Amino acid sequence: MIETQALTKRFGRVTAVNGVDLEVRPGDRYGLLGPNGSGKTTVLRMLLGLVYATSGTIEVLGQPIPRRAARVLPQIGALVEGPAGYPHLPGRTNLRLIDAAGPSGPWRDGGPGRDFAFWRRGSRRDRRHRVEQALERVGLAGIDSRPLKAYSLGMRQRLGLAAALLRAPRLLVLDEPTNGLDPRGIREIRDLLAELNAAGTTVLLSSHLLGEVDALCTRVGVMDRGRLVVQDELDALRAPTGRVLVVSPDAGRAAALLDGRVEQRDGDRLTVVHPDPAQLNAMLTAEGLRVAELAPQRRSLEEVVLEATSASADRMDLPVAEQPFAGPAATDPAPTDQAGDRA
Amino acid sequence: MIRTEIVKLLVRPRTWITVLLLCLLPFVVAIFLATTNLAPPPGEGPAFLSAVLRDGTLYPAAALAMVVPVFLPVSVAVLAGDSVAGEATGGTLRYLLVRPVGRTRLLVAKLVSVLVFVLLAIAAVIVTSYLTGRALLGGGQPAAVALPGGTTSLSGTPLTPTDLFLRTLASIGYATVCMLAVAAIALFLSTLTDSALGAALGALAVLVASELLATLDAASSVQPYLPTRYWLAWIDFFRQPIFWRDIDRGLAVSGVYIGLLLLASWANFMTRDITA
Repeated sequence: MIETQALTKRFGRVTAVNGVDLEVRPGDRYGLLGPNGSGKTTVLRMLLGLVYATSGTIEVLGQPIPRRAARVLPQIGALVEGPAGYPHLPGRTNLRLIDAAGPSGPWRDGGPGRDFAFWRRGSRRDRRHRVEQALERVGLAGIDSRPLKAYSLGMRQRLGLAAALLRAPRLLVLDEPTNGLDPRGIREIRDLLAELNAAGTTVLLSSHLLGEVDALCTRVGVMDRGRLVVQDELDALRAPTGRVLVVSPDAGRAAALLDGRVEQRDGDRLTVVHPDPAQLNAMLTAEGLRVAELAPQRRSLEEVVLEATSASADRMDLPVAEQPFAGPAATDPAPTDQAGDRA
Repeated sequence: MIRTEIVKLLVRPRTWITVLLLCLLPFVVAIFLATTNLAPPPGEGPAFLSAVLRDGTLYPAAALAMVVPVFLPVSVAVLAGDSVAGEATGGTLRYLLVRPVGRTRLLVAKLVSVLVFVLLAIAAVIVTSYLTGRALLGGGQPAAVALPGGTTSLSGTPLTPTDLFLRTLASIGYATVCMLAVAAIALFLSTLTDSALGAALGALAVLVASELLATLDAASSVQPYLPTRYWLAWIDFFRQPIFWRDIDRGLAVSGVYIGLLLLASWANFMTRDITA
């Protein structure tokens, strides 16, 4: 679906994207994670032909980008850096305008050169139908004629998604799709994306919300300072750690029994190094110990991401030498500090 | 894409307010002329104004002479400056381009919509000023009746209504070409920056500088190449015989500006990263 090789983008002296080999396979729900400013949006913009790569190659739907963008883009629905529209016009009019601006519907084989599909806009009724269908999909079928500027952020986000869905795309490229939505809205959009994916649409979304990616995606890429530092199946990333979490009212006796294997004890909670949870459970119950909870420990996505990334790119610390109180603590920016908005 | 651009132009309240204001100026002037009967002496003030008190049918030409030097270029610069930069600021540019709309097509559509605006504005000014001219100044002047076909040219010889109509059309065409040169300047700046205001003001700065140099004797060596130098040459359509020299030069200068700047806009827009 998408394949980039050594994709690099420099803006002046700043290297925004550095040697990224992104691979999104058909049917994936791919989540691109990374701190703010790590280059996610620039990668998406390059995939869509908005920003030109400094070096490296991009292939989307088997065609080189940006050379064949005109052929590829009609099959892609995109939401890039927030929704946008003409503020003085109602949402429905905005959708109709954006729909009428480009070629209509999915491309037939051959593209524009072959049969002048370029000029075929589809009938007015087709277009109206397509707009209504997209509005219905995102839960905006009942919008009135208020201008866009009166919309809430959540409504704009839904409208942006509707615009992305207009052409029944094969590939959805969504930048922060649930931004500004409330928890129920996030759930609805997640269900919608899962439904579209089940119907054959490949989804590539970027987010800095781990929970969102965790709940929806099958495959994850993590970006840090322009590099793609992790790219794998979510299940593989969240592999068991070889530890078992045990909660037991008899934690003291259990700890004694498992002496040497207990890595950590916190009241009733034990972290036990053990390869097989079932066997551990059998062992404890055979001794007559009561077990309230027992589960294999998995690495959380958060741990994976924090391990792979450095401090937020929107954090601007002074170089060590210039720091007024340069102590050992200051020289080592703790990777757990994700606070985004300190500058 | 061209059609949606024109729709966007026409559904925008700003377009109609601008056209209304452009029409209002000649209307106000006509009221003053009609109530005071004080025309500027021949050779002073805006072109044709000295003549319109005697003959209201020349008022459309006088109205054109009022709006072409300042108001029309200002509105064209604002519109064309907003064309690409405004979409970039609003974020709609990226959605148009991934729709996809080819970058060349987008530029052409923007240019066509500016052209439509210029024609719309000029037509509105001509029609309203013709009506006000007939109603307040001219309709059935004895002098006009005395000569069959009535209207006299600036050179004093009479013009038939058909002749007057054709010459008015020709001046509209000429003024439109001049305004397209303004549009080309603003459109080029609009592809350079994401600020619509910056592009419009930049284009206006070029025009003001050009007007200033046009009055400066020391700058006479560059004057033939200034974009505003021949802006009022369409007045020569109302001379008998038509005085073609300045009209031809004006068309050539505007043509060069339009061609070069559109090419520059295209080259710049095609290779630009859309980061807004």
